[in-house]
Amino acid sequence: MSPQQPAGRPAGGLISPAENTWCPGCGNFSIEHMMKSAIAELSEEEGIPLENFVLLGGIGCHGKLVDYLNVNSFYGIHGRSVPAATGIRLANPDLKVICHVGDGDIFAEGLDHLIFAAKRNSDITVVVHDNRVYGLTTGQYTPTSPTGFKGRSTPGGITEHPLNPLEVMLATGATHIARGYTKKIRQLKDLFKEAIMHRGFSFVDVLQICATYFNLTDYYNEHAYELREGEVDTGQFESALGKIREWDYDRDAPIPLGTFYSVEKPVYEEKFQALTAGKPDRRALVRKVLEERR
Amino acid sequence: MTEYSVLIGGKAGEGINTAGLSIAGLFSRLGYRTYMYFDYPSLIRGGHNFAIIRASERTIGAHRTQVDVLLAFDQNSIDNHRQRVHDATTVVYDASQVMRAEGYGLPLDRIVEEEKAPPITGNSAMLGALTRVAGIGREVLEDVIRGSVPAKHLEANLRVAGRGYDAAGDVFTVEPLERPSLPVLTGNEVTGLGLVHGGLESYVAYPMTPTSNLLHFLAGHAEDLAIKVLHPENEISVILMALGLAYAGEKAAVGTAGGGFCLMTEGLSLAGMSEIPVTIVMGQRPGPSTGMPTYTSQTDLHFVLNAGQGEFPRLVVAPGDLAETYAWSATALMLSWRYQVPAIILTDKTLAEGAYSFDVGAIIEPPDPEPVLWDGTGEYRRYARTEDGVSPLAFPGREGAVVKVSSYAHDEIGFTTEAVEGVTALQEKMFRKGESLKAELSTYPTVRSYGPRDAGKTIICWGSEKSACIEAAERFGAQVVQPLVLAPFPARQWKEAMIGAGKVACVENNATGQLARLLRQQGFDPGRPVLKHDGRPFAVDELEARLLEVFA
Repeated sequence: MSPQQPAGRPAGGLISPAENTWCPGCGNFSIEHMMKSAIAELSEEEGIPLENFVLLGGIGCHGKLVDYLNVNSFYGIHGRSVPAATGIRLANPDLKVICHVGDGDIFAEGLDHLIFAAKRNSDITVVVHDNRVYGLTTGQYTPTSPTGFKGRSTPGGITEHPLNPLEVMLATGATHIARGYTKKIRQLKDLFKEAIMHRGFSFVDVLQICATYFNLTDYYNEHAYELREGEVDTGQFESALGKIREWDYDRDAPIPLGTFYSVEKPVYEEKFQALTAGKPDRRALVRKVLEERR
Repeated sequence: MTEYSVLIGGKAGEGINTAGLSIAGLFSRLGYRTYMYFDYPSLIRGGHNFAIIRASERTIGAHRTQVDVLLAFDQNSIDNHRQRVHDATTVVYDASQVMRAEGYGLPLDRIVEEEKAPPITGNSAMLGALTRVAGIGREVLEDVIRGSVPAKHLEANLRVAGRGYDAAGDVFTVEPLERPSLPVLTGNEVTGLGLVHGGLESYVAYPMTPTSNLLHFLAGHAEDLAIKVLHPENEISVILMALGLAYAGEKAAVGTAGGGFCLMTEGLSLAGMSEIPVTIVMGQRPGPSTGMPTYTSQTDLHFVLNAGQGEFPRLVVAPGDLAETYAWSATALMLSWRYQVPAIILTDKTLAEGAYSFDVGAIIEPPDPEPVLWDGTGEYRRYARTEDGVSPLAFPGREGAVVKVSSYAHDEIGFTTEAVEGVTALQEKMFRKGESLKAELSTYPTVRSYGPRDAGKTIICWGSEKSACIEAAERFGAQVVQPLVLAPFPARQWKEAMIGAGKVACVENNATGQLARLLRQQGFDPGRPVLKHDGRPFAVDELEARLLEVFA
């Protein structure tokens, strides 16, 4: 983005000078670097100017990502990135708007916004840093923590079941649904690129390691597998639903990674675009409306 | 002074509001200035709705208790308003519904059946009867109906109106005034037009009385005004969407009432910290909580002055009539962008849903402060520290700029910081901006005075109570002083306006005297409180009686 980028290495210039304060071993590093590479590659391959990317962050460890990349950013408030993202996309259709959100951030505080953005097929990308625990507030359960999870606010263990966010998204109208894992970085980068290029609402749930409060590395390494070509029909709701239900974030089961669903539907922002196009003299329009009231 | 008051009452769903506006239109055609108070409970069908339409040779913005004509669709409209009837009041009633009344009984059921017209056309029969009672020509009646009824239903309405006209008798004569008629608009409509004058490109709102009609008005005119109108899932989304729009360069406003504003407060605080401009139309109604949703109050002044965690500058304006509503809605939006602060336009149900003659010519066109934009040189810093505290704006998509906004304490680029020097400088920059806004406002009419300055009697008021106060003041030879801007408080202009104020009455639609409290905080004496907190605005005569207690 800055004109001083080293030639041939656009991604290198995307790391900002802000001091990185994530814990060693944190899954956020993978997400940061794969998003950085995804943006750089899309810029080269698709000719999207770097200044046309906008990142949003909520509140939680995930949000720091927007400080760490030299990209336009809106570091907002807990759970509220999604409506701001829709506003940004409404104002400028050329922008690629990417929300980085946490699982507590978006599934607890901001679930209503997520559901409605999916329902209206807002042309934005939502990347969930789903570590299934609150990190920044030091270890409480989130909406995707498994049954029995003992957090600092629930020392006896929770009795409720986690949400399956992919199923929620499918049910509410998301047109692109994927899941990645922070230890499978090449796939993660491809999932990001695919989601950003999808026209409409894209959702990527990233199983992210929290090295300090909930380290599921061994569990994921054992259970996660990458979907093979043809294993799910991404244009078919029923096929996607079946694959999404293979693992419910609770019981032991194989965990499929990849794109589950991807369809085209009318984009929410589209129909508003014509209204404000050009540079209308609105004061003349006000006078006209008043004239008609005489 | 020649003036007339008409009350029309019936059940919700009978079109009382529309009928009231037609009555206002009738008087407007004859050159009169009109005001309509619309009173309705929070329900869809049934209950008792009424509108009081007052017409005068002069500009008015308040009703009187007594009426010259009472148009009753049901018995409640007779029984609930006995105190409004005087010796010369003419009553016209629907003889199919009303059992006990004296006056002209119109058999509306039979009339609409004979004319093969839908029941809602009964309003036109009432309008016809009023036209006759008021000695207004039939052609004026037909002109008003042509102007308000869709072509499909025009003929039926004209026939039914004629039946009403024929059924009543001549009682008095409203003389036409030789001057152009003015359109009748609501405060909500004029707020919307003022915002567009100020540069509005997108309006975002979740429905809530009393500003829902602002949403409906702008949505209905989105194409005419070349604006986007959005209705998302709740008020939290509303303000965040507006902030997203503004971050990306589009001027946005939102509208709500107290309950919705509660949900917006975290977004308001975000606007303060991130320095993203947003304009909020806040229509007051009685709380606490759901309160009386369709009634009026001035109970949220301190709420909007203090809402949001942390300390940040904001602009709060409270217009009191349509001309002020137009000018200050435009100004609020423009200053919000010039100084990158949240702006709040504080209205209430009385102003927002009341209808008034709108004299566009009386508007003093406000100045056009422009946003400060980045000139493209050097590295872009969203929060660059400048002398007046305002950092030049660039928007995402601008080549050569990385635009970073943040809810965290941040450095000049926008990166999070908690360092002593950084956070201190950030706060100082933010408050320099507030001081610059205050300095610019000193050139605006932030405090207005009406009536004689040397009377030794002063009525203080704010917002929609202004018109009732100006009229009531005449009876006492008092002056009226009204603050238009409530934050940053225009202390110097206030002090000047109050020199020689004498005996002071502070008129407000609340129980605790909220403007009085603000004045005391600023070191001024607010005088004696004259308060009303039943959800209804003061009638002029009611206010006169209350002021007698202070000025006697």
